[in-house]
Amino acid sequence: MNSLNSWTQLALYIGALLLITKPLGLYLVQVLDAQGQTWLDRLVKPIERATYRVCGIDPEREQGWQGYTVSMLLFSLAGMLLTYFILRYQDFLPFQSLFNPQKLPGVNPHLAFNTAASFTTNTNWQFYGGESTLSYFSQMVGLTLHNFTSAATGIAIAAALVRGIARHTAQTIGNFWVDVVRVTYYVLVPICLVLALVLVSQGMIQNFKPYTVAKTLESYTTSVQKTDDAGKPVATADGKPVMVDQVVDTQTIVQGPMASQIPIKMLGTNGGGYVNANAAHPFENPTPLSNFLQMLAIFAIPSALTWYLGRTVKNQRHGWAVWGAMFILFLTGVFVAWQSEAAGNPIHQKLGVAAADGNMEGKEVRFGIFSSALFATITTDASCGAVNAMHDSFTPLGGLVPMFNMQTGEVIFGGVGAGLYGMLVFVVLAVFIAGLMVGRTPEYLGKKIEAYDVKLVMIVLMVLSTTILSFTAWAAVADWGKAGLNNSGPHGFSEILYAFSSCVGNNGSAFAGLSGNEIHWDTTTALSMLFGRFLMIVPILALAGNLAGKKLIPASAGTFQCEGFTFMALLIGTVLLVGALTFLPALAMGPVVEHYLMHAGTLF
Amino acid sequence: MKNFLAEFKTSLLLTLVLVVLLCGAYPLAVWAGAQVLFPAKANGSLLVDANGTVRGSALLAQNFSSDKYFQPRPSAAGTGFDATSSGGTNLGPTSAKLANGSHAKDASGKDVNDPGNFDGIKDLVAAYRASNGLTDNVPVPADAVTRSGSGLDPHISLANAQLQAPRVARARGLALAQIQPLIAQSTAGPDLGILGEPGVNVLLLNTALDRIPSGK
Repeated sequence: MNSLNSWTQLALYIGALLLITKPLGLYLVQVLDAQGQTWLDRLVKPIERATYRVCGIDPEREQGWQGYTVSMLLFSLAGMLLTYFILRYQDFLPFQSLFNPQKLPGVNPHLAFNTAASFTTNTNWQFYGGESTLSYFSQMVGLTLHNFTSAATGIAIAAALVRGIARHTAQTIGNFWVDVVRVTYYVLVPICLVLALVLVSQGMIQNFKPYTVAKTLESYTTSVQKTDDAGKPVATADGKPVMVDQVVDTQTIVQGPMASQIPIKMLGTNGGGYVNANAAHPFENPTPLSNFLQMLAIFAIPSALTWYLGRTVKNQRHGWAVWGAMFILFLTGVFVAWQSEAAGNPIHQKLGVAAADGNMEGKEVRFGIFSSALFATITTDASCGAVNAMHDSFTPLGGLVPMFNMQTGEVIFGGVGAGLYGMLVFVVLAVFIAGLMVGRTPEYLGKKIEAYDVKLVMIVLMVLSTTILSFTAWAAVADWGKAGLNNSGPHGFSEILYAFSSCVGNNGSAFAGLSGNEIHWDTTTALSMLFGRFLMIVPILALAGNLAGKKLIPASAGTFQCEGFTFMALLIGTVLLVGALTFLPALAMGPVVEHYLMHAGTLF
Repeated sequence: MKNFLAEFKTSLLLTLVLVVLLCGAYPLAVWAGAQVLFPAKANGSLLVDANGTVRGSALLAQNFSSDKYFQPRPSAAGTGFDATSSGGTNLGPTSAKLANGSHAKDASGKDVNDPGNFDGIKDLVAAYRASNGLTDNVPVPADAVTRSGSGLDPHISLANAQLQAPRVARARGLALAQIQPLIAQSTAGPDLGILGEPGVNVLLLNTALDRIPSGK
């Protein structure tokens, strides 16, 4: 509302983020070292050792990049299959009265494939409506498992890449199993336990009761589709549904184990909601304070990982330079989104809506314009994808910010681990470009960057743009693509572009008017998520292996400094040029043109 | 190959171990802590009347349409205020339906029950002005004529509550001064004095209104 208050909230957020970056970064240094000691050792070490014993993991043995990759792929496959089958057969599993009191049926194959891919890849794209599709068991096991494991996998891969940069003439980049186990046990679970209870104190639910039926204060009449005796919807001869009036005097209130799922959804930048409306729902995000903590949880690990990078490569200023580049891109996004949403929609204002209130369509009163715009920027900078307001109803430029954030490849803090390894790909590219400009062999922290490294980097970047743009182009001209849309005109195109940007970027937020649960949409978005995750990770691990094997060259007067403002500017420039130039034409056809049409008062 | 099989076995075993810990022990630990420390909140912040009947959740909006109650924001959850089907309209800024959507009429001008019926912002503004006795030049608070993201937003803005207060007072035969303290009581936020925006919880406010005897 008043802008001073919004500035204070922004300052508070940035202050809190800065405050936790170093302590959490230092803690990550301890956890990501297989021999590292932490203050939780006394409690957790026995469980860690037992896990290694049961699973046959030798914590002393390190892996080369191929071994690391194979372990990662097998672990992802095992989890994905588990989730697929749980969803398909959720109505056949034991303990139905406890775990499926709503008697929800099994999920169809393509939606189950989509959801399994979605959670395995840390995307948490939701073509399902949580409260109406998934049993408690599916939520607790099928989904929560991946919230932890996909996050731990992301951090493990970032650690492997950082080790590759830090080491020289080395054959190995760490042990995947040890990284996953330690990150899960020492970082994710302890923080989530505490955060879950804090969120319950704000009003989040955590129980195993069936949904509660409340008798509302006032009964009212609503219009619903008529059903016959068998419960099938009735339609007229020309296929139009027949509507009847129905008196409503009850409200069915969702229950279930929500508070255990939400902290990891944020901390692990997963974003998959317990209920359909995600963090806009008053149970999933009861108060502005819970909103603040959830936003902080999203950026906590990505921000701390830049500190981990600095410490591990023994150049703290490099870590902060990467942080700084991310921060400037983040701040720019916040301002654009905030100002666009605060300015509101001139079409609605002409109809009599108070101009000072901004664009409140799809937003909650308790968060208001600023906290909604800030949340939208954070959740798409990081590949979280939780939403506390409906991005589909944002103003065109307010909706462009989330879309652009995802199209950078989710490197503005980014997903846990994924943000850092994505940004390091840009760092290598930036160093390469700097080398070309001055005509020297590019060096990154004492390592020569050679043709093989740049080829791997280009594979990563081309997977990103090619997958997003090809699938968008296909869906935009295909009947199945247009059938899923909720809006027409340029906004309809934006819904498609947003969907594939979100899936390839493993974000998971949506212009949610788009309806999936149809075989083409489910399959194309599932493939986008799998490409966006694994076709990036494999070349990145190859890069890690290659960098680890290189010889160290002593620094000289001509060595490019990977710190300070010059480096930050170069890095931001690389992200923007690669991001902007590739996606500019598509963005021009969607949100940009819609912005001008909105000001001209055009409706679709 | 032998190595590969060993790795495969490890992936399956670790998945099982993690299922037990993360999907079994962890949610149960949260459940136990939540039920001990914050039982009312962990079970949905339910409002129970004197007869022991659950009347709703303090966190979820219910529909109110009569003049004697404060009215919440319009809802796009299911057919409206359906707490098992949360969500927004997801209509974009240039949507004709969102701005001008209306109800089908028959020849005599009466509303027809049609699946395409939708209250556009234009109609919502007109209805809000009519029910609260506002003239055409008074800007309507944005929250009163837009649908929230969840469709279950329990709050309305302070401005919205103040514009509705005289209507509610009239319908109940109360003085405006009797209603003002209830509005203040039902106002939440900003948290810590800074975070978020203040809002009036409609269900709590209406519950409190029902407790005071009518002046009529």
